[in-house]
Amino acid sequence: MKYTKALDPIVKKAVLGKNLFRLDILCPDIAGAAQPGQFVHILPEGFTLRRPISICNIDKEKGILTIVFEVKQAGTEWIANRSVGENLDLLGPLGHGFTLKPDAKKVILIGGGIGTPPMLPLARYYGGKATVICGFRSAECVILQDEFQKAGAQTILCTDNGTAGRKALVTEPLKELLAAGDVDAVYACGPTPMLKFVSAIANEAGVFCEISLEERMGCGIGACLVCACKLQKEGKDVMGHVCKDGPVFSSKEVQW
Amino acid sequence: MANLSVNVAGVDFKNPVIPASGVFGYGREYEELFPLSRLGGIATKGTTITMRPGNPAPRIAETPSGMINSVGLQNPGIDAFIERELPNLLTKDTVILANIAGSTVDECVTIAEKLDATDVHMIELNISCPNVKKGGAAFGVHCDSAAAITQAVRQATKKPLVVKLSPNVTDIAEIARAVEAAGADAVSLINTVLGMRIDIRTRRPILKNNVGGMSGPAVFPLAVRMVWQVSNAVSIPVIGMGGIDSGAAAIEMMMAGASAVQVGAAIFTDPYAPVRIIEEMNTFLDENGIDDIKSIIGSVQPW
Repeated sequence: MKYTKALDPIVKKAVLGKNLFRLDILCPDIAGAAQPGQFVHILPEGFTLRRPISICNIDKEKGILTIVFEVKQAGTEWIANRSVGENLDLLGPLGHGFTLKPDAKKVILIGGGIGTPPMLPLARYYGGKATVICGFRSAECVILQDEFQKAGAQTILCTDNGTAGRKALVTEPLKELLAAGDVDAVYACGPTPMLKFVSAIANEAGVFCEISLEERMGCGIGACLVCACKLQKEGKDVMGHVCKDGPVFSSKEVQW
Repeated sequence: MANLSVNVAGVDFKNPVIPASGVFGYGREYEELFPLSRLGGIATKGTTITMRPGNPAPRIAETPSGMINSVGLQNPGIDAFIERELPNLLTKDTVILANIAGSTVDECVTIAEKLDATDVHMIELNISCPNVKKGGAAFGVHCDSAAAITQAVRQATKKPLVVKLSPNVTDIAEIARAVEAAGADAVSLINTVLGMRIDIRTRRPILKNNVGGMSGPAVFPLAVRMVWQVSNAVSIPVIGMGGIDSGAAAIEMMMAGASAVQVGAAIFTDPYAPVRIIEEMNTFLDENGIDDIKSIIGSVQPW
């Protein structure tokens, strides 16, 4: 647990789609400590609460973190309206990231919609051992497929309406890949119903699975207890917190 | 460097700034950012007799110039607090106010008895939590119930007793007088103001508890007014809180009558808020040739 608060500049900005933005931020202290699956807590100026945004790429050499996020309301809109050269007030890296398995030979990464960005650091770590299944509403929502391919991962694209890739839910290719066997780990981030089904499928197949949850947060560091989620640990029901115990949890411990 | 030390109910504080109960846990997470010894004190998360899981999420939402929350007193229970958290806190060279939030008078008495046997410096009795069905604000909205619980806890402990008051009342000064008469050594105010937000697309309240406690800069003028009214109504010290996010706001709260201040929502915006506020207060005092902060307490000159 080592996090810092800093004012750090945006060095690159891109619009990825409707309401979808990518920012590269020069923040050597935070990038140096960041792990796949962690997040940064960003303060939109004039607001009381910070906005937790998952880390999409970690370049420790250059000290640059990339975030990809969707504008939802006024807070994320303020962040999206910043330009290159402007500073962001960051607190991070925060949370408990994904468990990396150096001996794994085959892993499946699943991203649903705006849950896709935190899969990229995993794809870079696993390279050719990773198959990335992404699900989006339609073709205009598709993001990051080139980056996954550049990382050496295989990609399977699904859309709800079939305008790009397969017209299927991500669980379909997941079941096929698990049936083919030898999968060492499944990692997923996306909407709650998707995570619930992915967990159930991976648990039934007896495959190691970690999922990244989202919740409205306060402090972001585990003190205020607002981002509660029900967990089962050692047979007991406990109230965990997404910011500190997560956002990454074992598929076996989350109670839906 | 001005003298920032204050005394509340016989307890010396090196400066008047205290993170409020609930936002700061037991300090462990903030110790990663600054030494806890820089703080005047720490008000710990409200404790009940046994572990409470709290309310379902979402428990928080942004509001104009503030936020609402409904954590619902999630805490590990008094025994776990005394065994696992208090010994560590007592090594931090800062005043520890243990906040207690039982759902019955008996529960509060038992918790106070347990704390009386420890080295904790002060007890803050929460009769104002808006987020629980039993206890909490139910005690704090009538003079007789506020006095009865204060008197019962008073008899259970010799520790300096601070009673934390609810703003969700018609006349807060009347409640303050009642708890003073029942033996409170100080009062702290305001707890959060009951509020609500609705997602207009889903027509659902944002908080799973439907309603929650509102805090942040939006409530600051309300808090200043109540601190002023209460400090004029009682002779015990007042700890002021509600939307303090700067040294200027803390100074204003003290001029209204507060002997010390607590900082809550501002810590979410800026985790360094308590230490920044201490520095800003010192700068104000130096720039205005005030050498002792105690001289500003209640110094407002009303028209």
